[in-house]
Order: sequence, then C-alpha cells, then structure tokens
Amino acid sequence: MYRDKYFFLLPGLVVLIAIIIFPLLFTIRVSFSSWDVFQPGLDYIGGRNFARVFEDTRFWESLLRLSVLSVSSVLLQYVIGFALALAVWREIRFRRFFRVLFLVPMMTTPVVMSVIWRTIFHESLGPANDILQAIGLGTVPWLSTGTAAFISVLIVEVWQWTPFMFLLLLAGLVSLPREPYLAAAIDGAGPIRTFLQVTFPLMAPITIGAIIIRLIEASKIMETVYVMTSGGPGTATETSSYYIYIRGLRDFQIGYSAALSLTYLVIMIISLTIIAKVLARMLLPREG
Amino acid sequence: MKRTQMALLLSSSIALASQGALAQGDYSRFGIKEDIPGTCSYANIDKKDYTGKTLNIITHAIPVMGEPTALHAKQFSELTGAEVNVVHVPFGDLFQRIMIPFQTGQNAYDVMFYGSLWIGDLNPFLEPVPEFYRNSTGMQDVTPNYIGVASWGDQMVQYPVDGDRHYLKYRTDVFDNPEMQAKYKEATGKDLRVPQTWEEYNEVAAFFTNWDWDGDGETNYGSAEVVKRDDLMFSAFISRVAPFAKHPDVKGGFFFDLETMTPLVNTPGWVRGLELFVEAQKTFPPGGNNFGLGDEIFSFGGGQTLMSYSWDDAYIQAMQPDSRIRDKVAAAPLPGSYEVWNRETGQWDKFDEPNRAPYITWGWTSAVSKNSKVKDVAFDFLCFFSNEANTLSDLQIGRFGVNPYRKSHFTLDLWQDKLGWSEKSAQTYIDTLSGMDLSKNRVFDLRVPGVNQFMSALAVGVSEALAGQKTPQEALDGVAEQWTAIVDRIGKDTVRAAYANVVALEDNLQ
Repeated sequence: MYRDKYFFLLPGLVVLIAIIIFPLLFTIRVSFSSWDVFQPGLDYIGGRNFARVFEDTRFWESLLRLSVLSVSSVLLQYVIGFALALAVWREIRFRRFFRVLFLVPMMTTPVVMSVIWRTIFHESLGPANDILQAIGLGTVPWLSTGTAAFISVLIVEVWQWTPFMFLLLLAGLVSLPREPYLAAAIDGAGPIRTFLQVTFPLMAPITIGAIIIRLIEASKIMETVYVMTSGGPGTATETSSYYIYIRGLRDFQIGYSAALSLTYLVIMIISLTIIAKVLARMLLPREG
Repeated sequence: MKRTQMALLLSSSIALASQGALAQGDYSRFGIKEDIPGTCSYANIDKKDYTGKTLNIITHAIPVMGEPTALHAKQFSELTGAEVNVVHVPFGDLFQRIMIPFQTGQNAYDVMFYGSLWIGDLNPFLEPVPEFYRNSTGMQDVTPNYIGVASWGDQMVQYPVDGDRHYLKYRTDVFDNPEMQAKYKEATGKDLRVPQTWEEYNEVAAFFTNWDWDGDGETNYGSAEVVKRDDLMFSAFISRVAPFAKHPDVKGGFFFDLETMTPLVNTPGWVRGLELFVEAQKTFPPGGNNFGLGDEIFSFGGGQTLMSYSWDDAYIQAMQPDSRIRDKVAAAPLPGSYEVWNRETGQWDKFDEPNRAPYITWGWTSAVSKNSKVKDVAFDFLCFFSNEANTLSDLQIGRFGVNPYRKSHFTLDLWQDKLGWSEKSAQTYIDTLSGMDLSKNRVFDLRVPGVNQFMSALAVGVSEALAGQKTPQEALDGVAEQWTAIVDRIGKDTVRAAYANVVALEDNLQ
C-alpha cells in the first residue's frame, strides 16, 4: 500500500528526467564526441574537447569579461533597486504608478530593447549623442570603442534588470516586521541609523537571494551583446554565452560547444556557491 | 442575310474565344505586370495539379529573401493546389536550422533558401538539379558566374535565385562637380576621380570626411563599410584584400595554397589589405566601426557618405523613387592595386594598370533536399519562384534582396526605361556588374566544409586589428593559426578536395 504512493511521484519524476536529467546527460555525452559540421553523430574522442577548452584563451577571456560585467551590473542593480524600493515603500504620492513604471523595463523583450538601445546609442542618428551635444558634453563613441561598448552593454543590463531587483527587495521590505522600527524610534534612531541597523540587516536574507538569482541570470547575458555589438569591437564585449553560441550554432561545433557549456556550468556552480557563502558570512548574523 | 448572321456569329465566337484566352492568361492578380512565356511561367505552372501534396520551405526572415519566398509560395499554392508551409528564420540561426535535420536524417524541409557559400557543407544533402530545369528558359539565361556558384564540381546542386557581388558605389554629384574637383585638387594636388586603388579610396574618403559637402546642413563622411563583427564583415574585408593578394598570374589558391593547404591569410597581400582597412576607419561616420550591413545601406543610401562598397542594397536604396540622392549615384568596379603579392616569388609585383580582383561574394541561393518526398513539386516551385515574370518584379523591390543574375538583367531598358533610372546610374550599374562576369581574376567564397568556422575566425582577427587590440600582422597570424587548426580537425584532404572546386572557378578551369 505504501508503495502506491510512489506512483504519485511518477509524473513529476518523468518531467524532471525529460527536461533536466536527459538534456544534461545528453550534453555530457555530446561533449565527448567530435560532432561538428563535417562529422555528424556521436563518436567518442575522450577528453579532447575539454583539453581544447583549457587552451582556448578566447573562452577564458570571455569568462573574465563576463565576471566583471555580471558582478558590476548586479551590484548597480542592487543599489539602484534598493533605493527605488525604499522610495516607494514609504507613503509617497502616486506610489502605485511608480511601482508599475519601475517594472516596465523588465517586462519588455530583451531583444527588442537591445535594438531600441542600439538605436539610442547610434552615434550618427541616435538621441544619446544629440542630448549630450545639446548640453555641451560632446559625443561619446558608445559602441565603437571597447570600453564605451562595454559600458553601453552594462547600462542596458542595469536598465533592464534593476526592476527585478526592485521587485524582490520591495517584497522584502513590505514583509518586514514593524516592532524593530518601533524600538528604533523609541531609541531615537534617525533614518540613516535605522536603515543601517534595522532595515539592512533584516533584508540580508532577501539581499543574498536577490543577488544570487540575478548573478545566475546576468551570467547568461546573450541578447544584448548579440544585438548591440556582436561581441565587438574586437572581442571587447564577448561574453561566455555569446562565445558558446558562436561556437555551437554559428560554427556548428556541437561537441566542442557542449564541452564549453559544461565547463561553464561547473565554473558557475562553484563560483556562485562561494559567492553565496561569502555573502551569507558577511551579511547574516552569526549564530551563538 | 444568312451570310451576315454567319459573319456575326463567327466574329462573336472569335471575340468570346479570345476573351477566354485573355482571362486564362491574365495573372496580374498575382501582382505581376504580365506573365512572361517560359518553362515555369504562370500559365505553365497553372496547368499542374499538386492538390494533396505538401511542400515545406525554410527561408530567411522577412523581408530579405523571406518576403519573396512567402509571396511566391502563396502564388504557387493558389496555382497548383499544393499546401506550402514557409518557415522564416533569422540569418544567425538559418545554418543550424537546415543542418541539424540533415545530420539527424530528418526530412524537415523540401526546399531551402540560404547563403550560397554553405555549399561546401550542404552539398552531400542536396538533390542535383534535374536536366529539365537546367535546360529551362530561366536557367539558360543565368550568367556563367552564377552557374558556377550553383555547382559543386560538375553537378548543379543549387538553384540560382539571386546574383551577388561586391562593387563600389559613389556619389556622382560630388565626383562630377567642378567645385569639388577644384577643392580636392587644391588640397591634395591630385585630380578627383573614382578611386582606382584602395589607397586612393582612403585618400578621397579622408578628404570628404567631417564636413558638409552636399550642403544639407548635416556633416558628411567619406566611407561607409560593413565593419561589425559577425555581421558579414568578413566579406567586406575580402573585397579590400583581393587585389593585393589575388595575383592574376599565380594560380592555385587565394585563401590557401591548394598544394600544401597552408593558409595564405597572413601573407603580405592580406596584411596590406587589413592595414588599409584599419586606416579607413577615420573616414567612417561616427559609430561607423560598428556598422552592420543595415547601417551601411542607410548611411550611403541615405546620403551620409561619399562612397561605399558591398552588395546591391545600398545602391538600390539610393535609387528608390523617394530617395534624395536618386540618380546622384553610380557604380564602379572595386578599387584595385598597382602592387600585388606574388607568393611564388615572395615579392610584390608592380602593375601598370591596377590589378582588379572582383569578389563574387556569396548571395542567396536555393536547393532541394535529397530526403524530400516531393522533389518534383520542390523543383517546380523553385522554377516558378525564379520565372521571368517573378524575377523581373522581384528585382525592382530593394528589400527582397534579389539582384541581377541573368543576362537579360543587364539591359539598359530594364533599369532606365522600366525603373526610370538616369542613364549614368543605369549604365555604370550594368557595366560594373556584367564586367565582373567577364573578369579572369575573380575571387569566390571559401566554399569548403566548415566555412563558418573559417570566416568566424577571420572576422574576429580582423575585428581585433580594427579595435587596435592587435597589429594587422599579429591579428592575421592568429587567424592563420586557427585556420590551420580547423584544417587539421576537418582533415586536410577533405578541405583540399572541396577547395579545389573554388580554385577551379578562380583559375577559370570550370
């Protein structure tokens, strides 16, 4: 009789195997093959693809670039998102309007928004340079020099995903207990002290969750790079996911791109675990 | 009386019969001016009945090639009763969407529209064009260049639907303007003329950069080029390199030495081309070193820049009826070089006339899958797609991406009389395009297995040099290293066997 209960797990198990386990196992199998445009199918070549990954400086450079991009964009998203959440958390006029307004960027399609931003940053026709010129600041080579292109991609990322951070942090703020604030008020704490000693510590678990979720998402950045810069100028904005896309779907090196994907996956799991632990140690109160 | 009645009856019968015939032959409802007799004319396809048959087509996103595919698929369905399904895919995904079903043995698509340079990868999966279609009226009119592009060895496996090449476009209102000629002479001591070499191109472009030479209140620039990485930039680079590296008297390979399969991409001719490409950046409009094809089209076609070179689109854009620079543009062969690298002697050879190496760059093509169960319907569709009436109509719509590829497309009356182009715009266009067909020093795409890998490596190297991350020599050395690794992975003999087909075209052996 007790065995029957396992049948109820079956649908969930089948879905789990179909959408997570099977693709992962298949990717692992493909990564040990030389499946390429000229060599279809699953032969076995041992760890040659992985050996090639370790010699592929372009991949490691793209990973380093991705790290800088995702960490800096998520930090900016966190700071701005927290500030906006604090602003509408309080009783201000048109609070509901602002809450919806701040969510608009997140609700738009990344590819479409990347096209719009590419037009905004267009150095001949786009409004960004027109505005800068109108206020006497001169023009910026938004997408045609390495550093500026990197910053442009960063700006779009921050613009697009700050609302997500805002949403999570606002939900956290709304759910905070009132008692610590009453106690702080009785103790005569000002707004800054209240924030530093009450709000921020109470928000720590949500902060860690929000940052980790966003880091996972930010590390998959693809559409913005694809549309705005194609990884250029040179390789200045090439991220790991864009590089894997080029190797897998443009060059059709299926076996090699599977090895790249798995390497990337392992690195992401390790680094995000470390980041989560470090954040927890820094932000959460120590027990005992 | 009876005789009169008989005459009336006879004449009315003739009138009715001719009316019937007219109704049967009137296909203007399909958007064409009139049907043109030919193997796959509307009238001939109308006779076919493919009711109950289904044709699956994969093509590019709308509008370029995607829009004419959808349009002619609908027409074909209405005429024959076949069910025609069209899948539109962005260019970046097109290759893998075609290749994966082939590699996994699925019969996903009967007809494919794609870039002709992929023939090296796709040819094992393509059905050769049957003799009936090779002898069709439309095919007989295709120029030898595009028969060559459609062929793999001695077999035609692609169905020509488009003709592409790179050529120079320039503003005649500047080059023919005595005031501009005087200004240029005063500043440089040289006569202003259509650039004959890439060095001259850069010089002229530099002079006409950063000032309002057309008096519209906006700053103008010298050159618009396709420079964005992974956005067909490799084609622009090959155009710039060709006259330095394609020696008319040295046979046996432009990309590789066919004998040894050593990459030639880092030899001095290629490096010289890249140095001039890097130098040209100062003549681009702001943001010009991130220009993709669309930006190049609108920069030149919109009147921002003096010169440009790539496919036909920018020229057609400039010649649109509502364009402010309509009839102020002309076409010319790509600039050449007085010095050409001779890889046999290891020296630069000097020429009295600039060496020209027209680049017959990839364009759209089509093919039928070997796995297709409806090959007859598929070939009839392609024959209909490219019939005389449809092609004539498609050529006139810039966004369709269909460019001249038949002898009959190079007639003045088509462009001047039917489209209303000025004589100079039409004549230079025809002369330039048809002249490329006659050249004996042409460069074709690297049509070998893994072409995307080779071109991707090239684009990254060139982009690194353009961004100043590496010197041209360092960048191309890196490309050569990667090309060697790709050749080793694919197999030297496999690549050589495929590359021999390209060399045969370039060395005029086919």
